[in-house]
This record gives sequence, C-alpha cells and structure tokens, in this order.
Amino acid sequence: MESTKRYERLRERYMNGDLDRRTFLGLIGAASLAYGVSSPFVREASAAVEEVRFDGWGGVVSEAFRKYAFDPFTAETGVKVVDGTFGGSDEYLSRVKASQPGEFNIAHLSGVFDYARYAQLGLASDLNTDNIPNLQYVIPKLTEVFSKVTDGTLSCVPYDYGTTGLAYNRKHISDDEMKEKGAKILLDEKLKGKISGWSAWRTRIWYASLQTDQDPNGATDMDAIWEAIRENRDLLLKYWSSGAELMSLLAEEEVYVTEGWSGRIYALQEQGHDIGYMDPPNGFGWQECLFVIKGSPMPECEELLNFMLAPETSIAVAEGQNYPPALDPTKVDLGKKIPTLPAFDPTGTLSGLTFADPAYWNGHEQEWSKQFGRIQKGY
Amino acid sequence: MTVEAREARQPWILLSPALLVVTLLLFVPLLFIIVYSFWLRTATGADEVGFFLDNWREALGDPFYRDILLNTLKIAAVTTVVCAVAGYPAAYFIARSKGNKALLLLLLMLPFWVSYIIRTMSWINILGVSGALNTFLIWTGLINEPIQMLYNEATVILGLVHFLMPFMILNVFVSLDGIDRNLEDAASSLGATRIQGFREVTLPLSLPGLAAGGLLCFVLAAGTYITPLVLGGPTDAMFANLVFEAIITQLNWPLGSALSLMLLVILGALVLLYNHFLGMAQLMKGLG
Repeated sequence: MESTKRYERLRERYMNGDLDRRTFLGLIGAASLAYGVSSPFVREASAAVEEVRFDGWGGVVSEAFRKYAFDPFTAETGVKVVDGTFGGSDEYLSRVKASQPGEFNIAHLSGVFDYARYAQLGLASDLNTDNIPNLQYVIPKLTEVFSKVTDGTLSCVPYDYGTTGLAYNRKHISDDEMKEKGAKILLDEKLKGKISGWSAWRTRIWYASLQTDQDPNGATDMDAIWEAIRENRDLLLKYWSSGAELMSLLAEEEVYVTEGWSGRIYALQEQGHDIGYMDPPNGFGWQECLFVIKGSPMPECEELLNFMLAPETSIAVAEGQNYPPALDPTKVDLGKKIPTLPAFDPTGTLSGLTFADPAYWNGHEQEWSKQFGRIQKGY
Repeated sequence: MTVEAREARQPWILLSPALLVVTLLLFVPLLFIIVYSFWLRTATGADEVGFFLDNWREALGDPFYRDILLNTLKIAAVTTVVCAVAGYPAAYFIARSKGNKALLLLLLMLPFWVSYIIRTMSWINILGVSGALNTFLIWTGLINEPIQMLYNEATVILGLVHFLMPFMILNVFVSLDGIDRNLEDAASSLGATRIQGFREVTLPLSLPGLAAGGLLCFVLAAGTYITPLVLGGPTDAMFANLVFEAIITQLNWPLGSALSLMLLVILGALVLLYNHFLGMAQLMKGLG
C-alpha cells in the first residue's frame, strides 16, 4: 500500500472519530520518522535494476543461453545478465543458502523434485504470469506439475526437457547389444574399467532400480539397489561430475558406456563421435525450469523469462543446447532440428517419458544421498 | 607516556591491521563453524539451532570417517616422502649451482603461475588413453593397446607430488643455502669422503628445512580436494571430499563443520608438535 493512501485512511479514521487527536498525531509522527529513516534505503531499493544473475549448467548449455537469450535481452532492455554455472542443484542450493536475499536470481533447475525442494526451503517467489504472456506457448502439463507443488502459484517457467539415458561407443558396443542389455550393461563384467556414471545419487538409484527390475519411482527392495550400486561402482573407471567431464570421457574413449545427458550426447554426435544414445524403458526423464529465487527483482526477472520463452529465442536456445524446448509443438512450429533431438515428443504430452516423483525422491533425500556417498567411496 | 611504553605499544599498532584481518577472516568464521557443528540438519535441509552432539558422535564414532581419515593421512605421508626423496637432490643441485641459481629458482616458481586445477588436469592429457604417453608408447611399438594409467591412488599421489614438490624444494634449498660451505671443507680436510661429509655434516644441518617442507607438504596434501576428484577413481576420496559432500551434496552443514574441525584439529596438532620440537622459524624462512 502506498504511504499517501495510508495517511488518507488514517485521516479518515480521525475525522470519523475512530482515533483521538493524540493517537492520530502520534501515528503521523511515527510514520514521518519511519519514512525519514527508511527513504534512503527505499530510494536504493527502488533504483533501476541493472543486472540479473542467472545460474545454469555451464558448457554448451551456457553458451546457447548467452548467445541466443542473454546478449539479445541485454541489447533490447539494457539489463545485463550475469551468468554463473553449477555442477548440480545440490551444489547450487548450498551457495544460495550461504547468500544474501537477492544475490542469486534465476536458476536453471532440473526436475520437479528440485522445484519442490527449493520451495520447501522457502526460496520460492511468486511470479506474476500476466507479465509472462509467452507462457501460453508452453506445454500445459509442464506448467501444471510445478504450480501443483506451490499451491497454484508459479516460481518458475518450464523451459526444456531431456533424458539421462545410456551413451555408448559404437566401436565397442553394438546397438543390438544395447537393446538387449539395457540398463544392465552398466553391470557387465566384460566392460570393467570402461564404464562410467554420474556421481549424482538420484541417477545412481534410478538406474539401480532399472537394473533390479524395480519401479524407479517406488522401489521396494533397497538392499538390492545398494548392492547393484556397489556392483556398478566396482566396474567403473570413475564417476563423472560435470557435463564437460562426461563428454571428455566418451570422446577420449576412456570409457565405452555411461549414463549421459541427452543434449550433451547429441553434441558429441554432432562433433562426429560415433556415440550411440538409448533411453531404456523407464529411463530417467526430466523437465528443466527457470526458477526465480525469492528476493529477486521480479519485474526484470519476469521480463527475462518472457523474452526467453518467446518462440524465436526458445527455439534458438534449444537448437544450441540440444534439449527440446518446453514449447507446445501443437501450437508452435519448432523448425527442423528440434524434432531430431533425443527425447523430443511431437505430441506435446510427454507421455513417453518417466519423470521423478518429487514426494518419493525428496522424502528419501537425506537418507539416500548419505548412503550413496558411503557406497561411492567403497563402503 | 614513557619511551618504553611507547615502544611496547608500537608492534601492536603496526600489527593491528593484520590482526584485524586474521580475526575477521579466520577466527570469526572458525567460530561460526564451531557453533554450526553443534546444530542439526533437518529432513528438509534446514538447520535446527541448538546444542546437539549428534554430529560429533557420528564424526568420531563412525568407522567410515575414521577409515577415510586414515587413508587421507596415508596418502599425505606417501606424498611427503616422495616429495622429500625427489625434492632433496633438486634443492641440493640448486643450492650448489653457481651463476644460474636465480634462473633455477625462477623455473621452480614457474608452475605457480598456472592454476592448480589446470596443472592437475594436464595429467589427463599426459596419461589418458589417448594422451601423450600412450600415444608415444604405441608409436614406438612398445604397446599395441593403450594402458589405463589414470584414475587410481597412484595418479592422485602423482598429482599431489606435482603440486607440492616446489614447496619441499624451496624449504630444503633455504636450509642448504644457509649452511657454511667451510664446514664441508673442514670435514674433507679431516679425511671424510664427499659422501661421509654429506651424511655427517650437510644432511643433519639441512634437516630443519626438510622437516619444514615435509610439514607443509603433509598439511596441504591432507587437506586437498581437487586432486582426488580429478585424478582419483571411484574409491579414492580423501577427507576433504567428505567435507565437500556433507556441505554441498547433502546440505548437511552441521556435520560438514564437525568433519572439517576434526581435520583441522589433527593437522593443527601436527603443526604444534612441529613447533614444539623444531620451532616455526625454519618454516617461515622457507615460506619467505
């Protein structure tokens, strides 16, 4: 509420006889004092925002964002986008936890489980979707799952989706062998020392669920899962911890098979490496969003999100980072390249992908991340 | 104010900016870490403020942490020994060289101009399956298939030795450079061979430098995080990796604080032990 309106109401209450003269003058005096003390800070807070901080996954993803979204946005609005990178949302959460409100603004988060976790920690903002008209082009199902978590409001806009599937070197592993073995290829003794895997506990447990023929969103035999993770660990050359490391391990032929992010594997294929990619049944699907952290300059963030969701920007970024955009292919013509990307769903329903159930995964996060940390180190 | 009183105050006035920085950037954060170690991480990832001993009980009582700590100390000890054995002759050569001492010291300092992470990652290009060494061995016909040399404990130690060797050489060099050459001549004139002279005179006199270099190498190696991450295999984690994981991956700052304090106490005790027997003066010379 504006200060003028407050004073008008106060005056009205005084004139109506609801307040005595002494209380009215006391309140006016206190308000004046408060305004006098706070106005320098108010001025500072209301000063034009010159930059917005964006954090994402680095590598080809960052390059695509910088080239097709941030630079054109800055040219159009004058608001600079400072982009940082992280290796995972856990690592980023730790940085946000240690920061001051407003220091970090927008994050490229992966999965509804991350969205729910960030919201649970009180980091959710409340987007004014009227300021993001381009949200109308987004696949409705993607928006709905996020708004359900935050009681109908939105703290993010869906941006892209992809899978963590199996990447393999075709010189050493045939497509037929991959089809036959699926996720169990990561337990193949014959490939000892030539297997890698992401050091993220969710991915390890997801794939161990597939290897033990369990539902990745509702495993019942955790002992079997931990055993499969141990078995896989003993066959690994190493765990990778970033997209760059994943690409290097495959490109340098240090390993022949690993899980991999669909977009990064597509990038390797584009570079001419003979790397195959396969999503096993119930493979790990995820939808990424642009999450605005509480305390951020909302109008500027909403403007950036709207700019990024504009079909021309969104398509250019998607083609650059090799992940299909969240735009509904039944509403927007996505061009020629996007339909060829791994995980792309032409129906816009995403019914073929299995996503992580946030309640299941976040409910076990504390226990499982710790247990995986131990097994990873040989226990 | 008397002259004595003014003179007594002067060092404190001169030291006050440094003391302020140390207090604000070292002691205050350390205090935060101590306080944090008694809090608890809740299921949602938020911290519960209070005085709980759970983290300390876990850090001190769980064999998982103890084993990784012992393995870390073992890796640090092996690294220190390798640095000492390989670094001593290099330091001796520099100390005894005539004319080009400054150039050799400059070469020794050269690696510091390149980022530690880049230096560590360079081993991937050297020892990797398609790295320089494998390519060379295949080219010479000595091997047909590339050898898997990376991602094990040996490459972690190699990376650490690469990083820490200059610290050892510098400390030993300072010690050797300060030895009066007449003492070695005196030993020779009394009938000692060159080896006897080295063993009886030079080596004992250079031991403080060797110890200072050893302490630095050990402490830095025991606290390393990047090297096992880049050059280690799945089970080659060191204690600092556990701290990182507790704080970053598990968002368990209280447990991470307890673990980091545990490492700090052990390494601090080592420094105190060194100070008690050898004093910090030699270490300061080496660092200078």
